[in-house]
Amino acid sequence: MPEETPLPAPLPPDAAPQLPPVPAGGVTVTAWSPGEDVIEVQRTPAPGPARGTWRTFRETARGLATTFGRMLEKPVTIEYPEEKTPVYPRFRGRHKLHRFEDTGLEKCVGCSLCAAACPADCIRVVAAENTPEHRVSAGERYAAVYEINLSRCIFCGYCEVACPFDAITMGHDYELSDYDRTDLIFTKEMLLAEPLERTPLRNEGE
Amino acid sequence: MIATVGYYEEWWIQVLKAIVIFAVGLQLVPVVVLAERKLLGRFQARYGPNRIGPYGALQPLADILKLLTKEQFRPSTSVGFLFALAPLISIVTAVAAFAIIPFGNVQNIFGTPVGLYGVDVSIGPLYLFAFGAIAFYGIMLGGWSSGSKYSFLGAMRGAAQLISYEVAQGLALVGVIMTAQTLSLTGIVEAQKGMWFIVPQLFGFLIFLTASFAETNRAPFDLTEADAELVGGYNTEYGGGRFASYYFAEYLNVLVVSGIVTTVFLGGWLLPFGIHPPGWVDPFVVLFKMSLFTFLFIWVRATLPRLRYDQLMSFGWKVLLPLATLNALVTAVLVVVTH
Repeated sequence: MPEETPLPAPLPPDAAPQLPPVPAGGVTVTAWSPGEDVIEVQRTPAPGPARGTWRTFRETARGLATTFGRMLEKPVTIEYPEEKTPVYPRFRGRHKLHRFEDTGLEKCVGCSLCAAACPADCIRVVAAENTPEHRVSAGERYAAVYEINLSRCIFCGYCEVACPFDAITMGHDYELSDYDRTDLIFTKEMLLAEPLERTPLRNEGE
Repeated sequence: MIATVGYYEEWWIQVLKAIVIFAVGLQLVPVVVLAERKLLGRFQARYGPNRIGPYGALQPLADILKLLTKEQFRPSTSVGFLFALAPLISIVTAVAAFAIIPFGNVQNIFGTPVGLYGVDVSIGPLYLFAFGAIAFYGIMLGGWSSGSKYSFLGAMRGAAQLISYEVAQGLALVGVIMTAQTLSLTGIVEAQKGMWFIVPQLFGFLIFLTASFAETNRAPFDLTEADAELVGGYNTEYGGGRFASYYFAEYLNVLVVSGIVTTVFLGGWLLPFGIHPPGWVDPFVVLFKMSLFTFLFIWVRATLPRLRYDQLMSFGWKVLLPLATLNALVTAVLVVVTH
């Protein structure tokens, strides 16, 4: 619970707002001179009826040519469900938790720094001690519970920055809609699982 | 006797013809709706509808189904009878105007001479303008009876706009009528055997085309709808089947205007360079020319921004009307001199 800042003391009811004193001779208002900043706009004379008609006709024809040119081009549409927008390598999508490739142990040691860094307060970590019989992570402790509420997450990536072991990174998956809010609370198992390869990556220089 | 009819068939042929033309016109509207959405997409470098059916071909069907299964609601401030009647007026006038577009001259079908048009009245353009004037009631009554300020503003704009531009549109046709010396639309097409009227009546063509954009309430003259400022204009309060009727009428009007321009300025079913195909080709020639103009309508909608109301009015009265009058005058002098 953050400490509340005390409200400023209320003004006394008869306190008038402080105005600068009016001089005895009254206030004289002088016109503001724009000085050197004036730009004279030069306009061409208005076209006569014949020239105006011709100009309208010409500009209409030019507009028609422009739109016709668009029709000859290939549409820029990306037909979404079949064809997906490729993402950049640093795109911040759904989070991933990682394991060490050689030992298969989880990188996360349950330090809760990600939860502390999270501005949306959507990460919940409950740490537990590793024992020789039950060793989950490489460190002293491991995350017994690791949950990210993706309906709250703002995808800022601060968790990734805060993590001292690179255990959590932002993935590329952006298809996160669901029918139930509770289904958007991703557990450790879901975050550790290999994501479905369904997001195309943008090529170099694209 | 108000009008005589050029060629008159048996009553049962008339009924059959009416059904065929109505059916064809009805089938063309979804095609135009789809074409508009696909082309607008292409003009904006996107695909347009492509999910329903192959290449999105069933999109109009889905739209219609959606609209027809909606609830029929109306605002509590609306005038119920007129509210229901107004879309009907719009649709009836559009279909009626479609009847006079000639798709070909009298053909021998199984030994029976049949004119490939709904009816060849001797007052073709007048008939068109008459129904154009009644079509305005569809918009006006719809907007007024909705009991909504947006609808009302849209309807008022529509009223002023239709009246202003109908004058220029009519005067633009006067030149053609004087050159062709007839008011029958088949007669006008036959008069273009030597040269299509788009060449001698180029100014008339441009004026008629511009006024037609305003008559059909299409961009850049779609101030009656003006979705940016009036939500939906005269049809703001409409939904479901009634909205579908307005929508249908709008696109049928585009087809009607395309047909009239084709007939009057582009030689109807005639082909250039003296090519004389068999008679059954004629309707396809007309449909092809109509599709060119429909494309132009969509193209212009994708290009030009909506005019301001005062620009619309001053353009109609100060530019189009004098030009149309001048065009009619010059044509009259030339017709008198050359005859």
